[in-house]
Amino acid sequence: MARAISTRSKFGWTLAAWAVALIIFFPILYTVITSLKTESEAIAGFNLIPSFTLENYVEVQTQRDYFRPFMNSVIIAVGSTLLGIIIAVPAAWSMAFSPTHRTKDILMWMLSTKMMPAAAVLVPIYLLFRDFGLLDSRIGLTLMLMLINLPIVVWMLYTYFREIPGEILEAARMDGATLWGEIWYVLTPMAVPGIASTMLLNIILAWNEAFWTIRLTTTNAAPLTAFIASFSSPQGLFWAKLSAASTLAIAPILIMGWFSQRQLVRGLTFGAVK
Amino acid sequence: MGQITLKNVRKSFGATNIIPNINLEIENGEFVVFVGPSGCGKSTLLRLIAGLEDTTSGTIAIDGRDVTNEAPAKRKLAMVFQSYALYPHMTVAKNIAFPLKMAGESPETIERKVADAARVLNLSNYLERRPGQLSGGQRQRVAIGRAIVRQPSAFLFDEPLSNLDAALRGTMRLEISELHNQLKTTMIYVTHDQVEAMTMADKIVVLNAGNIEQVGSPLELYRSPKNLFVAGFIGSPRMNLIEGNPAADHGAATIGIRPEHLSVSTTEGKWKATVGVAEHLGSDTFLHVTADGVGPLTVRAGGEIGAHHGDTIFLTPDAAKIHRFTPDGLAI
Repeated sequence: MARAISTRSKFGWTLAAWAVALIIFFPILYTVITSLKTESEAIAGFNLIPSFTLENYVEVQTQRDYFRPFMNSVIIAVGSTLLGIIIAVPAAWSMAFSPTHRTKDILMWMLSTKMMPAAAVLVPIYLLFRDFGLLDSRIGLTLMLMLINLPIVVWMLYTYFREIPGEILEAARMDGATLWGEIWYVLTPMAVPGIASTMLLNIILAWNEAFWTIRLTTTNAAPLTAFIASFSSPQGLFWAKLSAASTLAIAPILIMGWFSQRQLVRGLTFGAVK
Repeated sequence: MGQITLKNVRKSFGATNIIPNINLEIENGEFVVFVGPSGCGKSTLLRLIAGLEDTTSGTIAIDGRDVTNEAPAKRKLAMVFQSYALYPHMTVAKNIAFPLKMAGESPETIERKVADAARVLNLSNYLERRPGQLSGGQRQRVAIGRAIVRQPSAFLFDEPLSNLDAALRGTMRLEISELHNQLKTTMIYVTHDQVEAMTMADKIVVLNAGNIEQVGSPLELYRSPKNLFVAGFIGSPRMNLIEGNPAADHGAATIGIRPEHLSVSTTEGKWKATVGVAEHLGSDTFLHVTADGVGPLTVRAGGEIGAHHGDTIFLTPDAAKIHRFTPDGLAI
């Protein structure tokens, strides 16, 4: 029997949900508000009404080039995602369609690498990057972000592929499809939604990654995360400009996330629900 | 053509012997049903014929040609799966067209054959829909459509009706039988439902633990089951199996009497029994009774009988319809 919910308690829960949503959203909202204040307003203390000045945005663009770190972010996020997918698809494929008794262990082992704090490998990674000349390079960052997100990508794709019923592949085989016919006409179209939402999530994760992007870059390859951090420099803290830079940094991914939210939610809950 | 011969076919998964050794001959145009309890190896046997599983040893021949090591597509068989296994991203038309496309047929031929199949299966109005937008029965028809367009030498059905509700199952059963009458192509049909087996088959193959218990027409199996397993499996409700003194009276370790071969009287009879549960179906009455000195029995009486829980009745078995079995369970 469905649980009966009275109108009053429904109203209460709705209110609570909105309150939680507002609390989660508040830091982003306050960042946007602060970006519209003058520097003196910004350090004056808590204030929700800005003077709606756009000077911070102008200065962020004129003093320091926004476009370069933006392009770095795009290249690193998209590059690491594509590279990750190329590596993860065959891996997830073989584990989903011809599993051995060790497959579960391998999956767990991959995931366990995500349980380690990133700072624990900072020094060896930094030294490796230095020795291979990868510091402050887009290639280096692309590789790094691909590697740290790879376990999640493999896991997500694995769960997607597992959802494709084996009988459908057998039906294709009975219908006279060759191995390539099977992959091209049946498997790929069925796997595309899964691959797409995995890519979306990975782009967001890579875009927002700050630990490695800040530590392994200086200027050339610095993406938007490093760009934001540069506003809290030794010369002084510029809250309003930092907020403007942050708003500019999160805007693209926020817009992308908004348009693809259905795909994303499906990606995050896939396998758990249904 | 569609003559299928299995010779000494064996299948094991690791140390587990699923099919110890099977020899079977399926004639061209026959409707053969593999029936047995779950886990008896009937689906594995079908998959071996389809080529979806490799035989451990033995040979499978179709129309005299050894296909044991050939890929499924090369065997010219079509299969209908329990889950329908339709391609969810394709429309009904594209699903049906898929095997033709794989065979490299021209677009005109494909269009004509798809339209023909859709007409036969009442799917003409659904050709542009996706499988997700169809009911269970319609999906099953699409799966059958996909099978018939190829004009295979035999159809393989793997429990195709078990996902449907009872009413639809009855309708689809008729449709498949009619299809067989029209096409006259060999059909091999796997089911655990003995009603499906009895109503559809030309020949029933009863399987148990990977072995063939008996092969024969539905009525042959009903009239003269070779052993206790077949006796208990074929017929609904199940045959009553009685051991002890009543069996010894007939010179057997076990005797079997079908529920419809017991006559009911309120005044006199061979066995006195007390009614436990009476199921009134209108056309029949099923009585679950306990007979003195015999044990629990099921009785099927035609029409409506006014017996209720706790009533005493008398039962007399039809002497000519008593089946006798040895201690090993073989029919005497």
